[in-house]
Amino acid sequence: MTLTLWQRLDKTGRNLAPFAVTVMLALGGMVPVPLPGYASVAPFLTAIAVYYWAIHRPDLMGPGTAFLIGLLQDLLTGGPLGVNALVLVLVHWAVSSQRRVLASSTFALMWFGFGLVMMGVACIQWLAFAALQASVLPFRPALFQALLTMAFFPAVAWMLIRVHRAFLQG
Amino acid sequence: MKPRNSGSVVRLAAPLRALAQRFSFLLLVLASVALMMVGRIDALSVDSARARVTDAFAPILDAISRPAATAAHVVESVVEVQNAFEENQRLKAENARLLQWKQAALRLEAENISLRSLLKATPEPSSSFITARVIAAPGSSFLRTLVVTAGRRDGVRKGQAAVAGSGLVGRVVEVGEWSARVLLLTDINTRIPVVLERSRQRAVMAGDNSDQTRLLYLPPEAPVQVGERVVTSGHGGQFPPGLPVGVVSSAGERGVRVQPNVDLSRVEHLQLVEFSLPGSEAEPSSEAK
Repeated sequence: MTLTLWQRLDKTGRNLAPFAVTVMLALGGMVPVPLPGYASVAPFLTAIAVYYWAIHRPDLMGPGTAFLIGLLQDLLTGGPLGVNALVLVLVHWAVSSQRRVLASSTFALMWFGFGLVMMGVACIQWLAFAALQASVLPFRPALFQALLTMAFFPAVAWMLIRVHRAFLQG
Repeated sequence: MKPRNSGSVVRLAAPLRALAQRFSFLLLVLASVALMMVGRIDALSVDSARARVTDAFAPILDAISRPAATAAHVVESVVEVQNAFEENQRLKAENARLLQWKQAALRLEAENISLRSLLKATPEPSSSFITARVIAAPGSSFLRTLVVTAGRRDGVRKGQAAVAGSGLVGRVVEVGEWSARVLLLTDINTRIPVVLERSRQRAVMAGDNSDQTRLLYLPPEAPVQVGERVVTSGHGGQFPPGLPVGVVSSAGERGVRVQPNVDLSRVEHLQLVEFSLPGSEAEPSSEAK
């Protein structure tokens, strides 16, 4: 089957959708929200996107892509380089080791799986920042961030499903 | 023979591919850890890379932060309309009080000028302001920074103080061509030389990622009262002295805590203070961040 140039361009554009949506979530997560105490528990939106795409389209969201998105986030947030990259690569790894279970499961199980992943993410973030800071930091904000991200999961996943159906099926 | 052969190739290829995939994970994890090391060792080049990436994304962040700010304004104005009557009463009372203070300030200023002329005191170095809009506040449990729309070409330099309305907000830590990053008072990496206004006791104010900050290096017998104002001391030459920072909110066994004057979660615009002591042109050395 040969494709014309336009068809190939169209396909490439569609295949970029997971990456583009995840970058947009990274940028959207940085919008200043004038709520007291929000910044410290703002949901980790890119983790949701990497989790979703790693389950449904691992060919378009490989570990390398997850790493790049994490690196971009590290550069934009001004935090220590490599922490978000590490976290997103590990999210991807956790998903790909259980992909068969997750891909054929119900939404509730997927949500539960994400909860477990987010707990791991909170621990890794806390460990990485404590090691880089060489001091013991309070774990509470990381825990609340994980809980809030879990609460955001259905809404973001719904949007990702819409993107998935609009661009990548047909 | 042939199908069997290709079967064995597949049988061989599958574990190989799995191995390669696992290896790529390991490689990426090692790369992340290596980046953390690089960030610790060569903070300067990491800073410039970060400034460039922030510059590149600043227009997008600027565009998407505007509707969010507008929505926040709409919500706030609805709340304000509801409270307009009480607010008006309160402001009238406050205005009357402030007019008295204004008289006091004018009298003190005149007295100050005449005393200065008697003493031949050197004039305070002048300072000017660069106003910038906040376009991003990264949501993270362990970071407190803001990205603003002013950079090198607007005259922003590393180490400048950032103030908003009633007090200090933070310090510029990274400057791009048209964007800059401000480390907030409450970030765990912030250290600011301050002085308690009444007792003139010097201290260093440090953030710990919570909404309040701590005072370090206060002598244990120092008389600290709750409600005492904290202002920048100007030591170190980076900040002008006397910028209001906050008020002491608690003093006790577990140290002295300061409530910043500015609500850091609601800063929309801030001013970067262009302030230079004569003969301190050298760029302040970068800290751990």
